Amino acid sequence: MTDSLTLSAPYPASGPAAGDHFATGSSAGHGGPQRLLPAGGAVPVDLRAHLARYGALRHLGGPKRLIAEVQASGLTGRGGAAFPAYRKLAAAAGSRPAPIVAGNGAEGEPASRKDRSLLWISPHLVLDGLQIAAQVAGSRDTVLYVQRNPRLHLRLAQAISERAAAGMDAATIELREAPDRFLAGEESAVASRLTGRPALPGYRLVRGLPRLGSGQPVLVQNVETLAHLALIARYGAAWFRTAGTADEPGSTLVTLHLPDGQVRVAEVPLGVPIADLIGSGSPVQAVLVGGYHGAWLSAAHAARLPLANSALRPAGATVGAGVVAALPAGRCGLAETARVARYLALESAGQCGPCFNGLPRIAVAVGHLAGPRPDPRARADLERWAGLVEGRGACHHPDGSVRFIRSALRVFAAEAGLHEQGRCSGTNPEPFLHLPADPPLDDSDWS
Amino acid sequence: MAKQLRVDPTACAGHGLCAELAPELVTLDEWGYPIVTDRLVPRGLDRTARRAVTDCPALALALTRVA
Repeated sequence: MTDSLTLSAPYPASGPAAGDHFATGSSAGHGGPQRLLPAGGAVPVDLRAHLARYGALRHLGGPKRLIAEVQASGLTGRGGAAFPAYRKLAAAAGSRPAPIVAGNGAEGEPASRKDRSLLWISPHLVLDGLQIAAQVAGSRDTVLYVQRNPRLHLRLAQAISERAAAGMDAATIELREAPDRFLAGEESAVASRLTGRPALPGYRLVRGLPRLGSGQPVLVQNVETLAHLALIARYGAAWFRTAGTADEPGSTLVTLHLPDGQVRVAEVPLGVPIADLIGSGSPVQAVLVGGYHGAWLSAAHAARLPLANSALRPAGATVGAGVVAALPAGRCGLAETARVARYLALESAGQCGPCFNGLPRIAVAVGHLAGPRPDPRARADLERWAGLVEGRGACHHPDGSVRFIRSALRVFAAEAGLHEQGRCSGTNPEPFLHLPADPPLDDSDWS
Repeated sequence: MAKQLRVDPTACAGHGLCAELAPELVTLDEWGYPIVTDRLVPRGLDRTARRAVTDCPALALALTRVA
């Protein structure tokens, strides 16, 4: 366990909507090693500054050498699943035909802002990682798949042009827009979108890399994972392991929703105490860890845990894509959960019967429980429906949604008791957890 | 070779034929979608399972080998 605090100052996070401004306010400046986010503020790093900071991209030798280095580093995917990065790279290196490499910056999770912040501030680290992954995979073509945001796309197009002018890249980089949907970054949904079809998750009987309609495999890596890859290629596995824990090495980007309503993106070592991320400024009643497929923990429980899967998994949570939301006192946790449950139901791709039928019913039941004197059948119905959707989707959407909702029923059990008596501890009805203003409702919005 | 019945939930349209043809292996949930047993298909039900696979109107069922 590391005892250091944040590696770099927390950045005021960019707004969630397309065209929103990326805040570049002051930062506290903790010092410490600089990895993904340079210290001193959220100023975008152009190619010259990037090369001055990190040096030119060195090639560690052939794919085997690089895969071995990534394995030694212990790097795991930062998109949420924490899958060992080297295993995907090895699968890509052994694939025929050679895969296309996709940098995944879809970031469909409404509570997460770390990927867009990274792409805005350090685009060249991500693009370096994309080139390294392409080299390992033997690919000539890469895609950077990024959420809808005109300013961000313009910035990335500029970064790609800078590199083209410098003639530094072996593989082509195509910028593609991801639809504004929760599941748009799901691995098979990315493959579907790159095939020219809607970004819908697919059913796969066999494991391994997803494939395009043409049969070409796709190596999908989260953009933060690629940025770490760019640093491991430069500085090596031993350096990477100087942050984080022995089991979960390295730093990770987190999106912090602080009790005062501020949203910040920070780079922290894995294993950092959750208490240090939240601070002790205002009273917190519960902490949502891992986003809307993650889990609520009571404030007291969360305060004892580090941000590491080894500690969070036994508590029913995971680091996920690094969302940590500290619900302040005075908000109703059930009402917060009901809003998100409705959103998750609407974000079902509608392809799998149990998810399509079950999630809206579950969301209505959570809505009942969040109201005064809920229908006494709501709880039993919810439990039954939860059992019926779990494990029966092509993707993890039903399972993740049920995990989130079940955790709320555990953590907000006392609140549920109040609601049965027609009372509620909430004094502030303003929504706390972030959701898109208008969830898309028709099928055309998947592409 | 041991075999298992699997459903592609994205292809399944809830016709429910599988549960009629192979009630020993498939039940329907309250919305009409199949809950397929995760146990191996017993030798005696091999033909029943294959019939459910071939007759599925949505071609959503598969009989897969399990190592």
